[in-house]
Amino acid sequence: MSERPRVGLFVTCLVDLVRPQIGFAAVKLLEQAGCEVAVPATQTCCGQPAWNAGADSDAKDIARAAIAAFEGFDYVVAPSGSCAGMIKRHYPEVFETDAEWLPRARALAQKTHELMSFLVKVRGVTGVPAGFAHKVCYHDSCSSLREMGVKAEPRALLGTVEGLSIEEIKDPQGCCGFGGLFSVKYPEISERMADDKIADACGTGADTLIGGDLGCLLHLAGRMKRQGKTMAVRHAAEVLADMGGEKALGEP
Amino acid sequence: MTLDPKAFPQAARSALNDPLLRPALGRLKTHFGAGRAMAVQRYGDFESLRDAGKAIRDYAVTHLDELLVTFEQAVNARGGTVHWARDAAEARRLILGILQDAGAKTVTKGKSMVTEEIALNPFLEANGIEPVETDLGEYIIQLRGEPPSHIIAPAFHLSKEQVAETFFARHTALDPKRSLEERNALVQEARAVLRQRFEAADAGITGANFLSAKEGAAVIVTNEGNGDLTRLLPKTHIVVTGIEKVVADMNDVAVLVRLLPRSATGQPISTYVSVMAGRRGEGESDGPRDFHVVLVDNGRSKLIGTEAQDVLRCIRCSACINHCPVYGAVGGHAYGATYMGPIGAALNPGMMGVAEAAHHANASTFCGRCAEVCPVKIPLPKIMRHWRAVEHASGLAPKAITRGLALWAFAAKRPALYRFGASIAARLLRMMGRGGAVRAVPVKNGWFAVRDFPVPEGKTFMAQWKARR
Repeated sequence: MSERPRVGLFVTCLVDLVRPQIGFAAVKLLEQAGCEVAVPATQTCCGQPAWNAGADSDAKDIARAAIAAFEGFDYVVAPSGSCAGMIKRHYPEVFETDAEWLPRARALAQKTHELMSFLVKVRGVTGVPAGFAHKVCYHDSCSSLREMGVKAEPRALLGTVEGLSIEEIKDPQGCCGFGGLFSVKYPEISERMADDKIADACGTGADTLIGGDLGCLLHLAGRMKRQGKTMAVRHAAEVLADMGGEKALGEP
Repeated sequence: MTLDPKAFPQAARSALNDPLLRPALGRLKTHFGAGRAMAVQRYGDFESLRDAGKAIRDYAVTHLDELLVTFEQAVNARGGTVHWARDAAEARRLILGILQDAGAKTVTKGKSMVTEEIALNPFLEANGIEPVETDLGEYIIQLRGEPPSHIIAPAFHLSKEQVAETFFARHTALDPKRSLEERNALVQEARAVLRQRFEAADAGITGANFLSAKEGAAVIVTNEGNGDLTRLLPKTHIVVTGIEKVVADMNDVAVLVRLLPRSATGQPISTYVSVMAGRRGEGESDGPRDFHVVLVDNGRSKLIGTEAQDVLRCIRCSACINHCPVYGAVGGHAYGATYMGPIGAALNPGMMGVAEAAHHANASTFCGRCAEVCPVKIPLPKIMRHWRAVEHASGLAPKAITRGLALWAFAAKRPALYRFGASIAARLLRMMGRGGAVRAVPVKNGWFAVRDFPVPEGKTFMAQWKARR
């Protein structure tokens, strides 16, 4: 492996559509960490919506394309524990009985990382040159926490942002109720889970909620918007890349 | 209350709007969640204990045929009888037969989810036999004509005020002016009423947490002692349980008894651990004169060798339920089934069929808490996903979802088309946005039922990236 590892950025479909600046923030952070970043043009989505819905054949097709697009890199990094978790934990399940694709799925899984844990654990980043003078709370996504084992890394990095202080949310292990299509199929249950999480987040006295997964953040920001709550919602990568001055999610 | 798993969305909606349910469900975290966390921490290497439990249960599930035969032989050797029930109806008939042979008119019952599963009580009542539930929670819901809302705390959905109301309404022989404000008063009253029922019972039915094949013993863990009064006082004792509850021997049971209460209530051990090995022996002064074990399959054996096999490891501790955010929002009755929460979601589609219990498998965010706390490491989300795949492959999934998904997948496999679609979508959402968010779309959509959608920034990342580099 060269001095400058070649990282394939898995942009994620939500970042591509809704919040491109998270992608640019990720590129900036990876380059600051000495990586050469490429964005394969054939990427679309990791296939998780299909896989979680049980649409196995579609999930396989989409996963094969992602494997082909990314297997040439030293690392694959996504600014999302959920999409990274799909590749790392679930691609080997997708191809459990496929002798041809299983080794390729496993090989890709091995070098796939969630952005912040990659910066800290693989690249040894201990701090970022950024400022964000706000009291924030951090929302752990279930997939970052339980599939990718990411908990300390975002807190460690955010702790080095000038002016930023973190308050812990009560019951940080609790799901916010997004769950991909779950949020559409069972909106009222999702709403209750969101409201509990939002109440806990507001209880910290923070003015900004930061997270590492855009899915949860769109759901929480969208729910707060509906409720008329004013807490700002941002992706951690933006704050770490010193892009916290841009508009928050859903800010007019 | 009728059980209808298909009505989950409607039942969940009314549960969410039930003002009495919320405080009850709030106790899940403080009672069970915190209790388990403390017990796990105090135990030390709980991870190794979970691995040991998983190995024991895996061995059992893959050697059911041998272990069950060994169990039957050991029970026979102690003068007991094992009965085999292929399904719920056969189980009910067998139990009724045993009770009729014993001339039983009233039967006390220790808590048994399998008797709920086979809907035993209404069947016995229809056949002139009165079942009396003796577990306090189970007794309360029997008085109210409700099914359990939780597998180890059947009346978890009720407040003590609701229990007091129930007692005033049903214990009509008692002074209507008595005070039932204190929790202890409720317990004392139930005790006094149940004591008479224990003494009058002709037969007792218990479940089993484990069956030990080598010793031919059934083991139950209880906190109220009602299990022992149920099994020891009447002439006839019937154990009703699932075939998958068997393990090799009491050494295996000892490991599982360490796991079960810690995972369930956070207790290092339950108040009582009762080992029930047959009828009263020669020269013994107590115990039942007849000992029967009814082993119920009811859809279990057909899961062996399938992707859902691991669910048979379950020891019914309820840790997955206690940590499930969906259960925590809607409670147990919304599921319309005996088994609720993550274990229900993994088990019910296998036992009842996917067409019947598809909602259970779908009503999960796959947050993964259940698998994280499961004492025997059942990959619950993975099994739920398997049922979703079965649902999808059989064309049972809701058309609106599958059509949308198919359209999206068609594009996701064609990067150029996908790019084009994404830029149109970004532009449309921006056009529809007001004050930073889209408030509604012209079609019915679950997202917008409860939340707005933050408007996209502008051009997609891929378009901007292409332009920049």
